[in-house]
This record gives sequence, C-alpha cells and structure tokens, in this order.
Amino acid sequence: MGLGLAAAARADELNMTPGVTQISRSIYDLHMVIFWICVAIGVVVFGVMFWSIFQHRKSRGAQAASFHESTRLEIAWTLIPILILIGMAFPATQTLVAMYDTGGEDMAVEVRGYQWKWQYKYLDEDYNSTFSFFSNLATSRDEIENRVVKNDNYLLEVDEPLRIPANRKVRFLITSEDVIHAWWVPDFGIKRDAIPGMLNELWTVVETPGVYRGQCTELCGMDHGFMPIVVEVMAEEDYDAWYADRVRMEEARHEALSKTFTPAELMEEGERVYATFCASCHQANGKGLPPVFPALAGSPIATGPLSDHLDIIVNGRAGTSMNAFGNQLDAAEIAAVTHYERNAWGNDVGDVTQPIDVIEFMSGKEAEETP
Amino acid sequence: MSEAVLTHHDDHHHGPASGITRWLFTTNHKDIGTLYLWFSFLMLLIGGAMALVIRTELFQPGLQFVEPAFFNQMTTNHGLIMVFGAIMPAFVGLANWLLPMMVGAPDMALPRMNNLSFWILPFAFGMLISTLFMEGGGPNFGWTFYAPLSTTYAPDTVTYFIFGVHLMGASSIMGSINIIATILNMRAPGMTLMKMPLFVWTWLITAYLLLAVMPVLAGAVTMMLFDIHFGTSFFNAAGGGDPVLFQHIFWFFGHPEVYIMILPAFGVVSQIIPTFARKPLFGYDSMVYATASIAFLSFIVWAHHMFTVGMPLAGQLFFMYATMLIAVPTGVKVFNWVSTMWRGSMTFETPMLFAIAFVVLFTIGGFSGLMLAIAPADYQYHDTYFVVAHFHYVLVPGALFSIIAAVYYWLPKWCGRMYDETLGKVHFWLSFIGVNVTFFPQHFSGLAGMPRRIPDYALQFADFNMVSSVGAFIFGFSQLVFLYVVIKAIRSGRPATDRVWEGAHGLEWTLPSPAPYHSFTTPPTVTEAEAHS
Amino acid sequence: MHKSSKGIVWKLGLMVVGMFGFGFALVPLYDLLCEVTGLGGRTGGPYAYDPAVVEVDRSRLVKVNLLTNTNDGMPWRFWSEVGGMRVHPGEAKDVKFYVKNTTDRRMVGQAVPSVVPITATDYFHKTECFCFESQVLEPGEEMELPLRFIVDAGLPKNVQTISLSYALFDATGFAAAE
Repeated sequence: MGLGLAAAARADELNMTPGVTQISRSIYDLHMVIFWICVAIGVVVFGVMFWSIFQHRKSRGAQAASFHESTRLEIAWTLIPILILIGMAFPATQTLVAMYDTGGEDMAVEVRGYQWKWQYKYLDEDYNSTFSFFSNLATSRDEIENRVVKNDNYLLEVDEPLRIPANRKVRFLITSEDVIHAWWVPDFGIKRDAIPGMLNELWTVVETPGVYRGQCTELCGMDHGFMPIVVEVMAEEDYDAWYADRVRMEEARHEALSKTFTPAELMEEGERVYATFCASCHQANGKGLPPVFPALAGSPIATGPLSDHLDIIVNGRAGTSMNAFGNQLDAAEIAAVTHYERNAWGNDVGDVTQPIDVIEFMSGKEAEETP
Repeated sequence: MSEAVLTHHDDHHHGPASGITRWLFTTNHKDIGTLYLWFSFLMLLIGGAMALVIRTELFQPGLQFVEPAFFNQMTTNHGLIMVFGAIMPAFVGLANWLLPMMVGAPDMALPRMNNLSFWILPFAFGMLISTLFMEGGGPNFGWTFYAPLSTTYAPDTVTYFIFGVHLMGASSIMGSINIIATILNMRAPGMTLMKMPLFVWTWLITAYLLLAVMPVLAGAVTMMLFDIHFGTSFFNAAGGGDPVLFQHIFWFFGHPEVYIMILPAFGVVSQIIPTFARKPLFGYDSMVYATASIAFLSFIVWAHHMFTVGMPLAGQLFFMYATMLIAVPTGVKVFNWVSTMWRGSMTFETPMLFAIAFVVLFTIGGFSGLMLAIAPADYQYHDTYFVVAHFHYVLVPGALFSIIAAVYYWLPKWCGRMYDETLGKVHFWLSFIGVNVTFFPQHFSGLAGMPRRIPDYALQFADFNMVSSVGAFIFGFSQLVFLYVVIKAIRSGRPATDRVWEGAHGLEWTLPSPAPYHSFTTPPTVTEAEAHS
Repeated sequence: MHKSSKGIVWKLGLMVVGMFGFGFALVPLYDLLCEVTGLGGRTGGPYAYDPAVVEVDRSRLVKVNLLTNTNDGMPWRFWSEVGGMRVHPGEAKDVKFYVKNTTDRRMVGQAVPSVVPITATDYFHKTECFCFESQVLEPGEEMELPLRFIVDAGLPKNVQTISLSYALFDATGFAAAE
C-alpha cells in the first residue's frame, strides 16, 4: 500500500495529470499521442544516427562514400512528416472546438487577479453579485522562511478556496485588477490569462468532488509565486447548502457594519486583515521594505490624523503599489486594520476606529470637510 | 575590387596597431570578430552567474538566499543578457571572423560601421547591468516584458532598459547590414550563391530576419517609452490602448528572434559534420530551401506564444497549424545531417562531439516544440517549466553548443595553434552531462505543474529542482574548463597546419594558420574542392 | 564581383525604416483586426438603431450579464442597477450604471468595455454608452451613467449568455495631458 502510494506519487511528478474533466482527459490523450509520435521518430532517427556513428567510423576502417543528394529521399522525408502532422491536427482540432463550447452553463463565477491574490465573485441566476471574497495564500511566513517544517500543501493553500459543485457546468469570467495574471487549474485542463480591462472566459464540469490546486502562471510581479488557486469541488447538495450558508453569512456581515467593537476585538481582527492584505509589502513587523514599501511603525500617516490614514487605505495612492482597499475590504475590516496599524509595533495613538467611522469617511463626509 | 575598398586598404597599416588603440579603433574583421567573441563569453559568465543565483534559490523549497523581488530581476536579466549579450553577439563574432574568409573577401564590406556596431554593445550592457545597483532595482518583468507590468508597474530603471534595448537593436541592425553587404557584394569570382558554405547562407537569411524584426522591437520599446513618459496609451487600457497588443508586437519580433538564434547554429553544424564525416553535406540545396522556409514560417506563427490570451477559435487553429508546419523543414535539416554522417568515415574530435550533441539535443528541443504547438495541450504546458526546458534545450545544447563547436573547429585557424584535445573532450562531457542534468528534469517539473519564474515552489517539485540545480553548477563551472582550454591553446598550443582538419573544405582552410591579418587582398579562385555542391 | 556597398546599404536602411514604421502600423492594424474578429472583446463603436427596421426575435431569450469593476486601484465606487437581464434579440434595452467619486479631488474616469464570448462581439451593439467618453467627477459627486444596447437577431444560436464587463480606470493623468 505504502509502496503503491509512493509509486503513484512518482508518476504524479513525472507526467501531466489526466485530471478530472472530459477536457483534461482529452488534453492528456493528445499529450501522450504526440509524445509517443516524438519518441517513435526519435528512435528511428537517433537509431540510424548512432548505428552510423558506431559502424561508419574511421577507426573501424570505414571509407567515406561520396553520395550527397537524393531528391526522392528529400521528398519522402518532407511528405511523411506532413502526413503525420495532418493525422495529429484532427484530434487537436476536435479538442479545441470542444473547449470553445462555452454555452449552457449552470452557474458563473467572476475570477479577478490582483497583485497577489485572487478574488472570486459569485453571481446568482440573474448574474447579480451575491458575495465575493479574496483567496489569499495561507502558508505562513515561518514556513516560507524555513523556520518551521513545511506542510504538504506548502504554497498551494489558501485562506478560503473557490467552491464549486460537481457535475454542473461552471463558467469562469476572468479579468484582472492590475497586471496580467493567469488562472490555471491543471486537473481541470483550463488556463487563461487575466488581463486588465479585458474579459476572458473558461468553463468546466468536474465529475469528482475533491480539492484541486493550481497557481498563477503569468509573471505578475514580486509575489507571483505566492498566489495559489485552490478549488474545492463539492457534491451538488453539499454545495447548495454551503452556498445558502455563505449568502446568509454575507447578510450577517452587513449587519456587523453597524456594530461597535472593543479595542481588543479590533486588534485581533486587524492583525488578521493586516497579515492577509498588508504584510507582504509592509511586513509583519510594520517596518516595510523601504524605499518601495514604506514602514508603518512610527510613520506620520499611521500616527497622524485618522482621516489621512483612512484616505490612504480606502483610496490607495496613485502611482504606487498601494491599492485602494475601499474596493477590496468592507468597513469592519478597514476599521480593524486601521485601528491595528495605529496601535501596533509601538504606534500608540490610542484612538479607536469603528466601522461607522469608515462608512462616514467613505460616504464623503470627510471629503467635503477637506478643502 | 572596387575603388573604395582599394583606397581604404591603401591607407591602412599592414599589421595590427599596438596596445589598446588596436581594439578601440580597429576596422579589421578578425579583430572585431575577436572582440565580439570575448564580449559574448563575458556575458555568458555574467548571465550564467545569474542563472546560478536562480538555481541556488531553487535548490530547495523555501526562501533561502534572495528575496522574490531580486529573484525576478535575476530571471529577467539572465534572459536578456543570454539572448542579446551572449548568443547573438557570439554569432556576429563568428560571422565577422568567418564570412570574409569563406567568401574570399579581404574584409567586411563596411569596416567602420563594423567597429561601431561592436563598441555600442559594452555601453548597452553596462547600462542594463548598472540598473541592478540602482534604487528600486533593475528590470524585473521577465525578458518578454509584458505590459502593463513593464510600463505602469515597472521600476523607474525601465527607461535605462529601453535605451539599452535600442542600442542592442542598433548594433544588430548595423551588423546585419554589414553581413548582407559582404555576402552580396564581396564574394570572390566563381563563388556563386549556391556554392556558398551553408554557414554563409544561414547568416544571410538570419541577417534579413534581423533587419525585419529588430526595428519592430525598437518600435515596441519606443511605444513603451512614450506610454511611460509622454502620456500616450499604446498598451494602457485606461487611455484606450490594449496590453495584448504589446504581446502581438513583441512576439512578431520574438518568434523570428528565436530563429535568429538558431539558423546560424544550423550553419555551423552543417560545416562541421561533413568535415568529420569526410563526406560532402547531404542535400545542400534542400538545406538552403529549408532554412528559407523556416525563416518565412517564423513570421506567421507568433501567436502560438499567446494561446492562453483568449483569441477566436479560427485564430487559434491557424497558429496551431502554421506552427506544426515548422516541424517539416526542421525535420529535413536533421535528416540531412544524419544522412551526411551515414557511410562517412567519422572521427570524433571535440567540435564533432558538440555538433552531434547539438543534433540530438536540439531535436529533443524540437520535439517538445512540436508538443507545445498542439494548442489544447499548450494550455497545460504554457508558462510552466516544460516551456523552460523546451527553450533551454533549443538554446543551450542548441545555439550555445554550436558556438562552442565553432570555436573549437576554427580556433586553430584563428590563432594558429591546436587546443588540447583531451581537455576539450573533458569540457564536452562535463557540459553534456551538466546540460542534461539541468534541463531534462525541468520537463518533469513542468508537466507536474510547476509555473516558470517563481522563486519558491510546492513540495512535489522539490526532487527535480534539486537535481536541476546540481546540473546547473556542473554545467556552469565546466565553462571555466572551456576558458582554460582556449587560453592554453592561444598561449602554448602546438602549431596547427593550414588545413587543420583532414576533411575540411572551404576557402578559409586555404589560408595559412593563423590566418594573416589581411587575407584575400587579391580574390582567390574558387575550385570545386573548396566549394559546396 | 565586388561592387560598391552604397546601394545595398541604402536599400537595407530603407527596409529598417520601413519595418520600424510597420511596428507602429501594427497598432491600427491590430485595432482593425480586433473590430473584425472581436479579438479582445471589442464591440465596435456607436451603432444606429432603427426600431422600424430591426425585427425582434420573441422566440429567444438571451441572458446579458453586466460586470462592473474598478481597475489599477481606482478608488471610485462603480455599480450597475442590475447584474444581468434577459433580452430578446433585436430589442433595445436600457440599463443604468452609477459612479461615485469618494476622494477629495476632482478626477476623470474612463470605462473600458469587453464582451465574451468572442463570437458574440459582432452581435452586441451599443447605441448609447458612457464608455464612449470619459467622466469628470468633483469630490464626493455621484453620477448616473446610461447604457442602451441591442443584441443582434443574428446572434448564433449556441450563444445563450453574453457577458459585458466594464473596467473603470483612472484617466485623470490622460485628461491632464490633453
């Protein structure tokens, strides 16, 4: 059993995955056919060559012949490869046509690439957005920096996976916030670039529930290697239950926006938000990576007036990597992270930022006050 | 010989000037060829050092040696330096040394421009490399520099990078004009086009490719420059541009560029194999036609680099079929080389070993290329280590091996001394083992799903990455053996004969070894024995 | 055999200049290609709609899905009144979008449209669209943006859903440059 598993793992490391969809299996078959064609041609060509190398060597007394052309041979080795290629083009075309059959989907998810995370927006039947979330790398800095043992899903784990139902046609609408990313799940046999300002589409029908992992495959800047894709395919009824739950949770979150939190709750939530959204640039210790990513510990913004601090978090800073988080986080999260930044790493402003402060700021109250 | 060439040679010294001015002001094709070759070797070492930084970081999962931001600068500069600094100038260096001697000309057609096209390069690469030490770091957007990562999101040093690319382009363009003028105008009487050695043919076609696409690259970086500094929006969606347009323009340059790096290699191998098989090249005519067809096809396949970008089915199919078609003329070349060896009387000196390794390993790179051409399968290969393995097989044991083979083959003619055959073979076997240990496992990590250009990876890729890193160090350090062999040959090698190799044919072998500073000041007669066909 | 190189240098120099120009010519050529093939999800410019001529296909309902996003850290809020709707091919539909400038400075926004599937781009017409021009918003200002579109009756039968995405970019820099 153990041996079998080990062997299976080896095969996994050696070849393309056949995957869990019709498309991924067709791709795998194409891959194997073209591979064996190459092997066969290689055996013939290299076979002739090595036979010649061993037989026709001067040290064995071989005399050089003087022939140097043959139109018949040239025609033969032009035509035969063309025929092989035509034979190969048929199944490849079929698979490609099948991949372009995008219609008749059961549900749709918008997939948006960000530096350096994925956002999934679930759309209901009428394509109204129901809820959305970011899927961030969940591997700890300690594992990346070799301070603790790496777990089996090192770099391929996220805080919240994309969840889709099995046996339903899911349509992915792919785009990007900033630079070009690419969304790839090898087991589904689908990969498409996420391009800012442009919409791309993909679809899949997965037959087997399970967890499938992939990565961003287009160089997208510093943390390109740290934005994995995890898709949890659930049995249909499980998915429906989860979906209903998630929609309810979303409603609860909206209610939370009017709540008042204790400083301790804000610090705890703020630390989580900070670690997820801010720490890759500004670092967990708040010291940043100057000059590109400024320190927050002791910074004039994080220890200055609240409105300036909220402004930079909500609206970002044009021309830098600082995103406008007003479009990524809700008011409760912004409040928590703002509070955290003002009261962590020796910053002791001591004020308390509540969701309502953020909502008021975003509704333009602060904006009107500033000349 | 024309009036202009005559006057030029009359007011010229009949031997090299002494000291540094010889190299700074030289208009001699042999001196300039030497400069190009040493420069490209220096770039090979610098680009190689960057590759070793990359492989060191990838030796184990986890971040150990460099930060991801610096890692990206390493992959970017490694690519740029190897492509534009090592491979291309090395071929131009070979062209400089060999083309005049092969076609029976006294020098290149445009000697002063020749000097300029070389001396631009140190400035171009000095500028590129200096960005690594500037605030914000050097280019970090990959050698393909896709917008908007290379425009809106680029470090400030991108402007230096753009200027550097402009200079490299200018150098290549001038070099190509010179090469075409030399081949078309300077041939000795009787050296008809279809008698030219294949190296000359492949360079003629390559030079035309360069003239066709280097200006397009210059256009692309100019548009980037305008987008970054002058508020245009060629590639910026916010102003009505399109980032995908950048990829189309880039690959319109980029795909012919791939052939620019491999066609002269075909030429080199087509010179070496007949020599050591002691048998004329099989299918000379079809080799010429195959080279021309590859060059033509290279202009209509660019979008196969962009299968995942999202294009209409018809476009996808067109680029898939056109790409598959390239396998045909490439196959013709391989079959012709094998037929040249067939029933020859072969010996296996170092140049021949590198040439045979070229045929085998380049073909493996060609096979993976054919696999990548299959668009549906490309969705699984695209931007993984499978692609990294593919183009390194084509460029390292392909282009680079052919350059090394050429150096071993013609070095005795250049410096009049033989290299140490035993050490040459040690260099070959170390390189051969190193290159395969480095790049073969990358096929596996790619198929298993490892994306390219990542500084850290999941645990299932660990074994093959470790092997690959070990191979990279073997390969990298074995190039120091090469350096030693070359220096040893120049300083104390045993004198070479004029013909050097028993089976060598061609005008360059009719000259004394070392080739005199000015050769063929009167045009030679082209005999059947020294001509192809 | 040796000829003067002047002639050939001129010819090759012209080729270089020509190819440099060709690089730039690729920009309009690419635009043309995009309009013809729908590459990049382009939908073409304004479209004249005459309800008297266009016949509405009542037998079919096509889902039209509207996506709104802000890009490159654009801080404005941007949303549509509905996420999607069902339309009969041939009928004109109106839908409202909204933007709000949440910052304390005057800004210019530009919405960039994109449509999938690519086969549908030729059949998706806009007679009125805020994407034809950029929007200038004062601090705190909110604006209603109208869109009127028609799905062509010739839409291939296998297309049941069309997704139209708008990406809102900060074009303040471009407006200042003009």
